[in-house]
Amino acid sequence: MPSLKDLRNRIASVKATQKITKAMQMVAAAKLRRAQSAAEAARPYAERMSVVLGNLASGITVGPETPRLLAGTGSDRVHLLIVCTAERGLCGAFNSSIARLARDHANRLMAEGKTVKIICVGKKGYDILRRQFAQQIIDLIDLRSVRQIGFEHGEQIAQKVLGLFDQGEFDVATLFYSQFRSVIAQVPTAQQIIPAQIEAGASSTDAVYDYEPDEGEILTTLLPRNLTVQIFRALLENAASEQGARMSAMDNATRNAGEMIKKQTMTYNRSRQAMITKELIEIISGAEAL
Amino acid sequence: MATFTFELVSPERVLFSGAVDAVVLPATEGDMTVLAGHAPMMTSLKTGFLVVTDTPGNGKRILIRGGFADVSQTGLTVLAERALPAEELTQEILDQEILQAEMQYDATNDLTMKHTAEAAVAQLREAKAALNY
Repeated sequence: MPSLKDLRNRIASVKATQKITKAMQMVAAAKLRRAQSAAEAARPYAERMSVVLGNLASGITVGPETPRLLAGTGSDRVHLLIVCTAERGLCGAFNSSIARLARDHANRLMAEGKTVKIICVGKKGYDILRRQFAQQIIDLIDLRSVRQIGFEHGEQIAQKVLGLFDQGEFDVATLFYSQFRSVIAQVPTAQQIIPAQIEAGASSTDAVYDYEPDEGEILTTLLPRNLTVQIFRALLENAASEQGARMSAMDNATRNAGEMIKKQTMTYNRSRQAMITKELIEIISGAEAL
Repeated sequence: MATFTFELVSPERVLFSGAVDAVVLPATEGDMTVLAGHAPMMTSLKTGFLVVTDTPGNGKRILIRGGFADVSQTGLTVLAERALPAEELTQEILDQEILQAEMQYDATNDLTMKHTAEAAVAQLREAKAALNY
């Protein structure tokens, strides 16, 4: 049976924790609003981009001149996994669910005898994956100092990936991130970005398109751009998901702390009352004995 | 005058969406005007001003840095890499853009890249002069 002082201390500590989790929830809620509107503002661009690319690609027959970003290198021996996670923890299962998806994917590829290379964006994913894939991780991109994710950050990662691709370091690239559905629903997603996956003929019209400059040239500039946009969008979705996950995790923590405080206070009051009753009985029986 | 739907999107946000009379695009092979009923076409864009006319005699200028324009039956969609409405432009922003373009010029050895960067610098200088800074 803990003493009254122990109970008092315990209640005070849980109360302090509750204050912290509550504050974190508020901060996450404020950040979420900004991240969510940024993610939603970026969606139209990415959607139009894929429509335009779809229109363009549906009119092209895959040949030797087709850019390799669209047609692939012709083999799928080396896979690159780009794993986007958060820089900070305390956001529920957010980081671990992305890492788990990437790990399962990597294990499956390795079982098939393929070579796997990993680029981690965000420190938490690196921490989780490092244990099993220390040899496979080739790079860690740290966005810790970044307050608001801008297009240039997506560009920076895309440049790195494109550089590796041009050097023939990998054949297939897959992007792992968490798609933001709502505050309580974030879906870990794997998306293949090289070779580009085209939603074929979303609005395949019979109209003859004019291209200026010619098709091939537009395609060669459009494809790297598309890669950047996809990565940028993944980063934004991830940022929104992270805040959403943190918000609900901290909401749960606050509620649990509240329950614990209630229970502890009850025990505290019971034992205090028991002590008073005991003392009274002692006094009364002492008085009677006289 | 017949109108058509025009959408201008940059990676960060949608800058314009609605019915317009005419749009002048800074296409890589020369400026061009898109009117309602234009034949489907796609072109890449260079640095320069895009002029939107939503009511006759009322043009709005937006500075574009690279991107694509897609004219289809449904209308015109411009995917701009960077887009800044003329009213949001200040001298500092322009100077910074010029500096960036110059850095791009210095950073590459590729001849075509150098050409585009050089053209971008020239265009930005021109824009600066046009805005009387």
